[in-house]
Amino acid sequence: MTIVPTKEAEAAEAVRAAQSSRRTLSIEGGGTRLAFGRPIQTDDTLSSKGLSGITRYEPAELVFSAWAGTPVAEIEAALDEKGQMLPFEPMDHRTIYGGSGAPTIGGIAATGASGPRRIQAGAARDLLLGVRFVNGRGEIVKSGGRVMKNVTGLDLVKVNCGAHGTLGFMTEVTFKVLPKPERTLTLILEDLDDERAVQAMSAALGSPFSVSAAAHLPADVGGARARTALRLEHFAESITYRARELAKVLSAFGRAREIEDDESRALWRAIRDVDALAQPKDDMLWRVSVPPTQAPALLARLRQAGLSFRALLDWGGGLIWIACTENAAASTVVREALGGDGHATLMRASDALRASLDVFQPQDAALMKLTAGIKASFDPDGILNPGRMYAGL
Amino acid sequence: MSSIAFPTPDPAILARRDDIIAGLAALLPPECLVTSEDERRAFETDALTAYRRLPLAVALPRNTAEVAAVMAFCHREGVKIVPRGAGTSLAGGAIPQEDAVVIGVSKLNRILSVDYANRTARVEAGVTNLSISDAVMPDGFFYAPDPSSQLACTIAGNIGMNSGGAHCLKYGVTINNILGVKMVLIDGTVVDIGGQALDPAGLDLLGLIVGSEGQLGIVTEATVRLLRLAEGARPVLFGFDSSEAAGECVAAIIGAGIVPVAMEFMDKPAIEICEAFAKAGYPLDVEAMLIVEVEGSEEEMEAQLARICEIARRYGVKVVKESRSATETALIWKGRKSAFGATGRVADYICMDGTVPTSQLPYVLKRTGEIVASYGLRVANVFHAGDGNMHPLILYNVNDPAEQAKAEAAGNDILRLCVDAGGCLTGEHGVGIEKRDLMRHQFSEVDLTQQMRVRAVFDGRWLLNPAKVFPLDGRIAA
Repeated sequence: MTIVPTKEAEAAEAVRAAQSSRRTLSIEGGGTRLAFGRPIQTDDTLSSKGLSGITRYEPAELVFSAWAGTPVAEIEAALDEKGQMLPFEPMDHRTIYGGSGAPTIGGIAATGASGPRRIQAGAARDLLLGVRFVNGRGEIVKSGGRVMKNVTGLDLVKVNCGAHGTLGFMTEVTFKVLPKPERTLTLILEDLDDERAVQAMSAALGSPFSVSAAAHLPADVGGARARTALRLEHFAESITYRARELAKVLSAFGRAREIEDDESRALWRAIRDVDALAQPKDDMLWRVSVPPTQAPALLARLRQAGLSFRALLDWGGGLIWIACTENAAASTVVREALGGDGHATLMRASDALRASLDVFQPQDAALMKLTAGIKASFDPDGILNPGRMYAGL
Repeated sequence: MSSIAFPTPDPAILARRDDIIAGLAALLPPECLVTSEDERRAFETDALTAYRRLPLAVALPRNTAEVAAVMAFCHREGVKIVPRGAGTSLAGGAIPQEDAVVIGVSKLNRILSVDYANRTARVEAGVTNLSISDAVMPDGFFYAPDPSSQLACTIAGNIGMNSGGAHCLKYGVTINNILGVKMVLIDGTVVDIGGQALDPAGLDLLGLIVGSEGQLGIVTEATVRLLRLAEGARPVLFGFDSSEAAGECVAAIIGAGIVPVAMEFMDKPAIEICEAFAKAGYPLDVEAMLIVEVEGSEEEMEAQLARICEIARRYGVKVVKESRSATETALIWKGRKSAFGATGRVADYICMDGTVPTSQLPYVLKRTGEIVASYGLRVANVFHAGDGNMHPLILYNVNDPAEQAKAEAAGNDILRLCVDAGGCLTGEHGVGIEKRDLMRHQFSEVDLTQQMRVRAVFDGRWLLNPAKVFPLDGRIAA
């Protein structure tokens, strides 16, 4: 059965009822990220679709609140009208998972979906100022608020962001926003290998010109030639100057060409949503976080291990998307290639494989004990998205 | 009479003091253990000096292993622990209690590595905030959070309070600038949380730990993000005839799509105090002043300041003073950053730290003045206007108990006002002991209980900084 509360109190009531009858609940928004995490089977589904609408938007305070089920498109339209945006550039997972649902703002918070601008503007969790949620006891809990600086009590906001609905059913979220840049321009270097590309991105990100995104598309990933893209976003009068200065910083890596505005935006949207690796749909897809300079060595280790794959680097090399033919052995290869610093998430694979492999990076015993304790502190009977992140939790 | 309650010390622990000290002495060399009354005095309070308690003993371990050994010992013996950075907390976050061992991280003061290609540094938790920027500034980098106490305060304390500073409007607070920590749990277990990567592997435990006021563990190392310095930075001073006009100007700047690096507000009493101390060239014939700082190349700063000055003119700005040199810039910030110290020369004060939505600033400022006046006291306001983090300094005489009680009552009224205006009790100083008993004004029992359930995962027996943050009654165990 799918329960679609239209009020927060109804959601709390539904969770209380589920707890007392020990019925497990799948947490769902627009249903566009259900393939993210381990596959789970529950007695019922609790949907946030009925909790929709922006509850407060204060452009001069750079903040809005919305019910968790509000479509992202509705929020982006409202922000756009005031010349503002979600700073962390959330990924739309429909490219990799398919599906036609409407992504919700709650889904963004629950999955911590951050895009290319994360390196400059922060991640979803950095911009999420406040949440209201129903815990596994059916209690309505609030944490954080609508102000940017807040250290009042334990912060339950960030731990819920990216918890995939395992700690609570989010009902309302409050995000900080930023003004949209007047102008956007991307410098593109061509034909760099992984090593040189990461060096170029490090040089750009270590420059004083506020590079807001840095990605590398190797040859045959979204285009025949390798492209290393560095984005500038600022006031119109600054962009020309910064592009010129940044090109100087990058001169050792070749002559950069420029793309602007719509063309630049289209490129970064494609990088954000990992368009280049989305097909074929039955390829398995990994998302790897490492210190940026370790990315080339990691990719080299994968090749040495005989893995045939395509990769895309974002966050200056700190985020690597890897696509390869589905096989269980790849999990060992990818995680061994990490070399101890970094972590890998299995973003896409068949249900059977995601049920049998660790989708999220396995953690040591002490951290798993904390994780299990935190889960139990929010959801003592394990009724909210049980097993979504870790088997048995 | 002080109005903030302390828990009654556990007589069983006090009776075992000699045994406990002997146990600690087996774990630490003599120079790392403070036991004499004279030397313990140095640790009896922090920057909330109206309150003080002598700790049972003070441990000053030199490395993670020693921190772990002391914590495991205390845990086994049921002895409470109060973590301490530099003791600059304005909220009493580091004030000990008689039956507790203070664990100070001051000897963990090395910068372990700097990695410019990945833009991170690995530091021990007792390094001072400013020393990180000092170390990397010759190479053009800096560590962004810049609390006023940055010369003295430690990264450990910054992590405890999720410290911000004047420039967090653009660069964020501690949590936005930290990637990983090594932390010792209450039973001595050492965990590594996060690392050099930009997102967590599982649950965002780092997001829980930063700002937890030393209740979940003791951080011994941290990986912080380094940022490249802008080409230049330049503040402009604006003087206004009213606080309201200054507040409206702040909202209009943000509304125009401009997010400066910093926007600081000072009212007339604060201007007078800071000017007398720092000779920063602040205008004395205005009711309110803003310091707005922009960054970039010469041309970029000129262009941005032109836009900002035009907005200020629309709000009737009376004095406009742009910095024309690095010396002037340093003076302007010296005045602002010495506000607390300069005020301390004039009178004793308590500093509030509530945050309000920026649209509420003019109203909250007006009410703050009325509240303090109703207690017959004076207030100076100096705060981060861009993010609504207010710092009213309530002036009083610490040797007059009646006046202290009035100052605290006024402070509590102001914090309740901040919450009622849509804000919170504390933006960056933490709850500590100071705001503990106001927590129920901001949170419901359900909210607090959920927080305490999470706390209990880390410290089910309430041994770690136990008298802080949560009201002393109604606490729950594991």
